[in-house]
Amino acid sequence: MSEQKIDGIIEKYRGKPGALIHALTEIQHELHWLPREVMEKVAEALEVPFSLVRQIVSFYKTFSLTPKGRHEVHVCTGMTCHLRGAAKLMAKVAEITGLKPGETDTDSRFTLERGSCLGSCSIGPELIVDGKHYGRMTPDKVEDVLKRYE
Amino acid sequence: MPKLESVAALESLRSDILARRDATRPCIAVCAGAACDGLDSITVATAFKSEIAKQGLEGKVDLRVTGCHGYCEKGPNVVVGPKDVCYFEVTPEDVPGIVSATLKGEVFEERVYKDPQTGAKAVHMDEVPFYKHQTRLLIGDNPKIDPMKIEDYIAIDGYAALAKALSTMTPDEVLNEVKKANLRGRGGGGFPAGSKWETTKNAPEKTKYVIVNGHEGESAAFMDRAMLTGNPHKVIEGLIIGAYAIGAQQGFIYTRHDAPRLVEHLKAAMAQAEEYGFMGENILGSGFSCNVELHFDVGIFVSGESSGLMRSIEGNAPEPRPKYIRTSVSGIWDKPSNLNNVETWANVPQIITRGADWFTSIGSERSKGTKLVSLSGNVVNSGIVEVPMGTPLRTLIFDIGGGVRDGKSLKAIHFGGAMGGSIPADQIDAKLDFDEMSKLGAPIGAGGLLVMDEDTDMVEVARYLLDFLVKESCGKCVPCREGMYQMLKILTNITEGKGKTSDLDRLGDLMEVTSAASLCALGKTASDPLKSMMRYFKDEYETRIATGGGAGSQAI
Ligand SMILES: Cc1cc2nc3c(=O)[nH]c(=O)nc-3n(C[C@H](O)[C@H](O)[C@H](O)COP(=O)(O)O)c2cc1C
Repeated sequence: MSEQKIDGIIEKYRGKPGALIHALTEIQHELHWLPREVMEKVAEALEVPFSLVRQIVSFYKTFSLTPKGRHEVHVCTGMTCHLRGAAKLMAKVAEITGLKPGETDTDSRFTLERGSCLGSCSIGPELIVDGKHYGRMTPDKVEDVLKRYE
Repeated sequence: MPKLESVAALESLRSDILARRDATRPCIAVCAGAACDGLDSITVATAFKSEIAKQGLEGKVDLRVTGCHGYCEKGPNVVVGPKDVCYFEVTPEDVPGIVSATLKGEVFEERVYKDPQTGAKAVHMDEVPFYKHQTRLLIGDNPKIDPMKIEDYIAIDGYAALAKALSTMTPDEVLNEVKKANLRGRGGGGFPAGSKWETTKNAPEKTKYVIVNGHEGESAAFMDRAMLTGNPHKVIEGLIIGAYAIGAQQGFIYTRHDAPRLVEHLKAAMAQAEEYGFMGENILGSGFSCNVELHFDVGIFVSGESSGLMRSIEGNAPEPRPKYIRTSVSGIWDKPSNLNNVETWANVPQIITRGADWFTSIGSERSKGTKLVSLSGNVVNSGIVEVPMGTPLRTLIFDIGGGVRDGKSLKAIHFGGAMGGSIPADQIDAKLDFDEMSKLGAPIGAGGLLVMDEDTDMVEVARYLLDFLVKESCGKCVPCREGMYQMLKILTNITEGKGKTSDLDRLGDLMEVTSAASLCALGKTASDPLKSMMRYFKDEYETRIATGGGAGSQAI
């Protein structure tokens, strides 16, 4: 990921403390996590205390303080998916990847996340990999889907 | 497109657009709402595009990729206008068949609705059981609009309400119309929008803000997203009308960052609205100006709460403030800020166009208009439903929803997500009405309706909902942070067969304290599901504690 792009984002918001969340969100989308050096740069450019950047980053769930895997695997655990068997799906994904929600494997292949309601309840339970939805999932189909992601 | 400088310019643009269109020409609308998109409806749209090109049908058949049509269960959905022939579960392989049938004015029988019992077919939208019991004033336009094209919205009288308000009504007249319509907030509280607008309008500060709450954090609620993704201009139009009535110079739209299409459509719609002169400086030459900014939630439920949301827009952590500081008087940067839900704003244009008297002719005595409901759970037909307020739940769940899945029986109906409540099946004739549902202990909330079948474990439901909220509490106040956690511990014990007879009393105490002493509605209403359980399903809890069984815990 180009440092230039990140610097570009930061420059766009230089001197605008109110844009802190915007800046962090854009960087998170690019890098999938927020390294300390980047947070320091943001603090300096937007003229906010580093402690505030830390507070925001640790508070909102979208931000990550650790690197993510190449592929983000979400199991929707919203209410409908739950009623329709999300717990079993999660157990299967956890078994195959060896991860608990929030964890990344040592090869940085997968990060497993618990997504709360993602709004496609009609096709739950759902597995979402890198933003692609796999609706009406059953535990026996999980392995086939994950195999496609190296 | 040069900026429209007057109402007359808008009307002449509208005539131009309509003159260029042939209302009799077939138009194929492919749904790309959240569920259909998840079922790869985009491959269906692509197949239509190449089939139309292959047969050289450009100019003879139109194709439109749209927001949610509503019948999510049977996606990918395709509707062919002008007669609104509905096709369900469409695959790319069906495309040539649908195109040739359409050209001949015929129907492609394989993909029309078939009654699961009788096999009877329903071809047109107003014959399909899921649709025919609805009144689709808000969501009904979705199949007619490509959300990326402002012209589609203008073609169906878009921005006519804004033009009317700006050119023929004073801000006070607009406000009075909304008050007279008795439009109540759709985001959870059912608070009268007109009174809230008036408070902000009358607040002494000159700088005022209007805000769209499109956070939609409630689990199993997906109608706000469908509205905002499928018809963003309607919400923008409502917001600008509100800004005019209130005297606000700045608007904010606060919504989810994790729905790519929502973000794309909203950004495009805002840019186009600005380009055409429906927002920004000197709107339609009226002298009224209002700029709108887009902000995103970054993944925590409490940022949907009014004061939390406003902290988030300021760039801070979304910690709510005590309620005695009213956001309508002191909100974003301590300026008067009027916040309404997506659906509340979406109702505004039609109130201005068709009048308060028309609006109040729909609905129940104290809840007017229609309500969008996200119907899901163990129901045959899940999707987005729009019915007049006052419609019996039976109509929603059986006539529209087709009843309980897999031939099972209905056990409970849950409304309002983690801050709502569950009522037993024998309340099926209750009416969809803010006050009636609140009295029953299952407030409508934002409109997520979950159908629960006979296998549902009601202890587990309460545990699940609390588990969700414990993770979403901002942690600022102790009653919410600790109270919920203790309740969750007790409930978890009960589901694991380790319940004690004293547990229900302990839960009662915790519910009382958390409700009374929490700072915001998250903590205050966190125990509402549990309260409804104690009211209707207490025996299930007692039995579970007495037998120590963890029996049902895997059922949900
Ligand atoms: C924890 C919490 C989450 C909320 N989430 C939302 C939400 O996602 N969308 C929404 O419109 N209102 C939400 N609300 C309600 C808002 O605080 C507010 O009442 C509402 O947006 C006002 O709009 P209305 O009057 O048009 O309903 C939430 C409230 C609480 C306490």
